[in-house]
Amino acid sequence: MSNLTLIVCLLVVMAMAYQLGMVRSRKVATINPVQRMHSRPQHYGMMVALWAVLPAFFILVIWNLLAPDVIAALVQQSLPPEIQSQDAQAVAVTLRRIANLAANFGIVAEAADWELAAAAYMQQLQHSSGLMLTALMAAIAAAGLTFSYFKIAPQHRARHQVERVVKAVLVICSTIAILTTIGIVLSMVTETLKFFSFIKPTDFFFGTTWNPRFSTTGATDQGSFGLLPLLSGTMMIAVIALLVAIPLGLMVAIYLAEYAPAKLRNTVKPVIEVLAGIPTIVYGFFALVTVGPFLSDLGHTLGLTIRATSALTAGVVMGIMIIPFISSLSDDIITQVPKALRDGSLGLGATKSETIRKVVLPAALPGIVGAVLLAASRAIGETMIVVLAAGNAPALTANPFEAVSTVTVTIVNQLTGDNDFASPQSLVAFALGLTLFVITLLLNIIALVIVRKYREQYE
Amino acid sequence: MTVAETEKKPLPAPSKVQQKVQQSLARRQRQEKLFRGVGISAVACSLLLVALLFINIFSKGLPAFWQATITLDIYFDPAIVKIPERPVQGAEESDNDFRERDLAWRSAVGMVNYNRLIQAGLEKVIPDALQHRRDLARIVTSGERFALRDLVIADPTLVGQTKTLHLLTDANIDVWLKGNIDRSLPDAQQQLSAKVREWVDQLAAEGVIQNRFSFALFMNPDSRSSLASAGLAGAFMGSLYMMLVVILLAVPMGVAAAIYLEEFAPKNKLTDLVEVNINNLAAVPSIVFGLLGAAVFIGWFNLPMSAPVVGGLVLSLMTLPTVIIATRSTLKAIPPSIRQAALGLGASKMQAIFHHVLPLAIPGILTGAIIGVAQALGETAPLLLIGMKSFVASVPAGPFEQSTALPVQIYLWQGNELRNFFEARTSAAIIVLLALMLSLNALAIWLRKKYEKRW
Repeated sequence: MSNLTLIVCLLVVMAMAYQLGMVRSRKVATINPVQRMHSRPQHYGMMVALWAVLPAFFILVIWNLLAPDVIAALVQQSLPPEIQSQDAQAVAVTLRRIANLAANFGIVAEAADWELAAAAYMQQLQHSSGLMLTALMAAIAAAGLTFSYFKIAPQHRARHQVERVVKAVLVICSTIAILTTIGIVLSMVTETLKFFSFIKPTDFFFGTTWNPRFSTTGATDQGSFGLLPLLSGTMMIAVIALLVAIPLGLMVAIYLAEYAPAKLRNTVKPVIEVLAGIPTIVYGFFALVTVGPFLSDLGHTLGLTIRATSALTAGVVMGIMIIPFISSLSDDIITQVPKALRDGSLGLGATKSETIRKVVLPAALPGIVGAVLLAASRAIGETMIVVLAAGNAPALTANPFEAVSTVTVTIVNQLTGDNDFASPQSLVAFALGLTLFVITLLLNIIALVIVRKYREQYE
Repeated sequence: MTVAETEKKPLPAPSKVQQKVQQSLARRQRQEKLFRGVGISAVACSLLLVALLFINIFSKGLPAFWQATITLDIYFDPAIVKIPERPVQGAEESDNDFRERDLAWRSAVGMVNYNRLIQAGLEKVIPDALQHRRDLARIVTSGERFALRDLVIADPTLVGQTKTLHLLTDANIDVWLKGNIDRSLPDAQQQLSAKVREWVDQLAAEGVIQNRFSFALFMNPDSRSSLASAGLAGAFMGSLYMMLVVILLAVPMGVAAAIYLEEFAPKNKLTDLVEVNINNLAAVPSIVFGLLGAAVFIGWFNLPMSAPVVGGLVLSLMTLPTVIIATRSTLKAIPPSIRQAALGLGASKMQAIFHHVLPLAIPGILTGAIIGVAQALGETAPLLLIGMKSFVASVPAGPFEQSTALPVQIYLWQGNELRNFFEARTSAAIIVLLALMLSLNALAIWLRKKYEKRW
């Protein structure tokens, strides 16, 4: 039977066991009216269901992990000796051919007689493995069910058992987040190390040319993988974005928090936050077809050459994207500044704007810096806007009207091309990803620490 | 002091400080006004940007929902549509044999030259059609022959009958009629030949070619050979499967993790670490999750490339922190008195949480989950890295089959060479995506408003 059928069977068994347990516990309770049952009928039902299903499920998982290897080993032993004595790689290729034959997939070239025999043997093994698994699971489920069924007694603490299992599930779920981080770090680091076996780390971190396809220097034939042009492009776009977003976002936050009547505030805030919910691909398209040509025309009338896809275009649109991050975080922080500070300043005769500029903002500054850092990390990690609108020209330039490339764009380019997954051209994406991960992580941690410190200050 | 007394006393001369304040007052009040003005203009500017973005996308995209469509009387000529009888399953025939015969019949139906039917239909409305056969073939988009085939398969009795059909015209004709091409360009720079342009203008004037609502946009998968009939169905199904995976994985796991961290976890270094970790994970760039997916799910676990199930897994990991954070803040907001009351009546901690706290938290959890799903729906970058940007010309039948997703389809369409046509088509796809996302968000807001409780 296939795994899916087995799981469906398990679910059916679970439902039945639950009913059996409940009925049984009610019966036990009526037979024995003196002593009260420890747990509710649902707990007994659940206990029986878990006993019936969990061990069988573990068997299913373990079997699926081990069986293919065992079968492969058995098949390998049955192969003619001259094949077995080949090197490991050749044997692996042969085994894959046999596995394809056994699964009735097509293979290259005619199958030899011994291959067909091995495939038949493999099919037979797989068949019997399936049968054994089904039988074993049925036996274990039945055993678990009977065992727990007869354990139902007034003094049996079913609730504790069930709750322990539920708690274990909760714990496992909460480790997924940690596992994800570990997965990110591990996968990045292993692939990056592979990349560094081709390219020296110093060439990567301090190289000033990005040209991964063709060799430029005589020494390597991999091309040059200098990070600096990408990093400078990333930073330039992020800075432009912040130059757009900080004044706008901050003034919006100040106005909404200090001046705006409640009604205006309640309508404007969600509308601006809509900007945060728009997919970045939409911003990218907007930048490409509207903002880019507009800026280019504007530059033309001013006598400047601005390319339609340039650092400026991407930066401006990204700035629009991060306005709501800055405005809503700063808004929260400004409203948290204690009223006493404002009252003191106003009482001394300062105007409202003076109070804001000289009292409220300095008090809120650390929090605002935190908000800006969070927005900066978002800008650095943003992908789709720069893929569409930055022009993809990895060169060290200080001119924002030129096309640039960024770390994220290059990750996309390197991994979506036709490169071999094990070539440095692909692997560099992971080194870039790791760099990106570390930069954004640092920014986030600093921002969180600042914001947290600031919160404590006024609590 | 009486009024009379005050009148007697002369006012003291204003001190130096007072003089200074008086003098600067006008300037300070001007500054106040200016500051306030800057604030208002920042708000106005931001609102303007929102408006600009939406007006821009909608003005570009809305026309694309209506496409130039030609109305033709198509005679299913038995001399051209020569097909055998549709097979009927015999009493003793096995399902497999019947399926084989049915497939053979379908491929026979597919071999018919439907273009000739279309051309015969066109000859009826264009008088000088026969002199320009080459131009004639360029009027109806090439994908429509499959529409005719599907009609015959659905109803073989059509052969020998005449049916009035609305067929999509070629993408260039749509662009021409909508006026998105400079009509004064010389022949060499026009996509359409002079004859076709003349015909099309005439047919449009006669009402044979009209703008009709484009169901193709919603019903068809992507297409490269017949651009006018490229649609969103494949991408939509791909996104749907991914969202199913996200809902089945990220939501229950996130809620379970949040319950543990908020209600059970002891306060120690380890849980502190988990907490910091989750906050950071929420801010990791989405493309890094794409790299994780490429390395782990595809590289190590050998899951299929371009499959919605892998996309769903990656998006689940990405959405998990959002769901956890939202659920935790909801749980935090539920007053401890509820827990204490349940515990006081003899409930176990687990019972107090699952029977009393959790039901009260459901609206908040749902809101967080919906916002997380909406975020995942619009995410593009990680999907590019796990191979979902490949061109797929069919609607995926399951989560393990190749497909694209809505945002990736937008990415693919914006890069199409036929700029004039696909700029509008891409905007239309964006409108569909935004409509989906905004309605999800509206649902979340509605849920929150409806069930929100202040304790």
